Amino acid sequence: MTIEVFIPLLTVLALGTFLGFELISKVPPTLHTPLMSASNAISGITIVGAIIACNELGYSTMSKWLGILALILATVNVVGGYSVSDRMLKMFKKK
Amino acid sequence: MKLYIEIAYLISSILFIVGIKMLNKTQTARKGNFVSAIGMFIAILATVVQVRAITLIDIFAGILIGSIIGLYFAYKVKMTQIPEMVAVFNGFGGLASLAIALSDYWLNTQEGLMAGYSDLIVPISVILSIFIGGITFTGSMIAYLKLNGKISGRAIVFSGQHPLNLALIILSIVLSVFVVINTSDPIYILLISLLSLVLGVLLVIPIGGADMPVVISLLNSYSGMAACATGFVLSNNVLIISGALVGASGIVLTQIMCKAMNRSLMNVLLGGFGQTAGSAGSVDGGSDIVVKEVGVEEAAQIFDSVSSLIIVPGYGMAVAQAQHAIREMYEICEKKNINVRFAIHPVAGRMPGHMNVLLAEANIPYDKLIEMELINDDFSNTDLVFIVGANDVVNPAAKTNPNSPIFGMPVLNVEKAQTVIVSKRGMAPGYAGIENELFGADNCLMLFGDAKQSITKLVNELKEL
Repeated sequence: MTIEVFIPLLTVLALGTFLGFELISKVPPTLHTPLMSASNAISGITIVGAIIACNELGYSTMSKWLGILALILATVNVVGGYSVSDRMLKMFKKK
Repeated sequence: MKLYIEIAYLISSILFIVGIKMLNKTQTARKGNFVSAIGMFIAILATVVQVRAITLIDIFAGILIGSIIGLYFAYKVKMTQIPEMVAVFNGFGGLASLAIALSDYWLNTQEGLMAGYSDLIVPISVILSIFIGGITFTGSMIAYLKLNGKISGRAIVFSGQHPLNLALIILSIVLSVFVVINTSDPIYILLISLLSLVLGVLLVIPIGGADMPVVISLLNSYSGMAACATGFVLSNNVLIISGALVGASGIVLTQIMCKAMNRSLMNVLLGGFGQTAGSAGSVDGGSDIVVKEVGVEEAAQIFDSVSSLIIVPGYGMAVAQAQHAIREMYEICEKKNINVRFAIHPVAGRMPGHMNVLLAEANIPYDKLIEMELINDDFSNTDLVFIVGANDVVNPAAKTNPNSPIFGMPVLNVEKAQTVIVSKRGMAPGYAGIENELFGADNCLMLFGDAKQSITKLVNELKEL
């Protein structure tokens, strides 16, 4: 990776972190548990990396198997995280 | 990378941000979660279309297996077990990052490309992704085991623990240098993987069960940071931005939890809190607290005579599964024109917001659940406070006794109310191991017994009055 590629990625990281602080600080304590399960789901974005890793070579390779392992784990996070958040958020009702 | 994929990732990132933003209001939160899920779907779709047709079946198989496991967890889990589930998911996120980074390393140095890394940024990102991912994985598994009681929730400390951890971290840094210098020998990266797994265990075992809200928040953050590092391995913007959002989210929650306990993050991480506190408490407090007991009938008469009630739930409520009984209590009190509200301490329960979810599941309207800062001034003009399974968060020693280990921790001003009734199994101290002088106060009555049974009986009595 060249420095020309690295700097824009670092920029995204810095801005994303600050944005994250701003956004999360405004979430009320009532919703902190669903927030955490939703962020579980979002961290499942590694599913994208896993798909890229799965796309490599044949079954004899370690890379491929690690990719498939990552794919399953990340999918659990994505599907489980969004589903359980939805299940919880559905319960928050006003009188 | 093709332009359309970059654009799809950009749209996904925007949807994640909008989704989290919508989580700031209870009314829009569910839609926000859905918006975020659409963002994820777009990111997956954009990635899958660039896959070679021959691997498409493997990928769908992987997604299918993961989806089944995920759905099973999501719909089977009880609301009292959400902290365990979040812990497991944090761990999976960490392990996924570790696996992807290791996969990339293998591809570039051991097989296929075999070209090795031509720069420093990618191998360092690989190491970080593995290291943070590994710690997140085993750390989360220990948190999970502590939460569901498979291993003792108490702090596990041994001498030389901190020097050992430090030594392992230094060793990992040394090994990292070897990885960068000699990318073709996989032994170093495998050793780092192993060390990170060991460190995850060692870092979480000294932390007591009641500090779990901090640990879970922090591991949540780590899983985001690991995803971020993976983003640098693959030069992938959407991974970096999502990882940054999750990382920041975990840090914010960690800070909130630490502040609510008046402890520094370092203090929590070094662990062993419950143990040292126990001895300190018995020295200055003594066990000469004389409590006044109250029976169910008498308690019911008190309930019947008041016009305002604040219920204070704690982790004990979740343990006794008493939230549905509390819902009945809430209903009957409303019927009797008693103004009922719930006071929620930020660290009540085993993760941030845990009480709110349990009470929401029991169908208690969320606008009746009031945060500590907003309700603390109201205790003085409240007739009755009913405490269920909370202890340290209502201990006035935090305000009055500078020798108390919890001195300085923000607590609920329950003692200011006219009468306080405490539903408690017995006189066992809270997790901090200290006496609670509230229980000996003139206006405090103890209702001993299992919370669920006591409350059910109390509700039945109330129905007859």
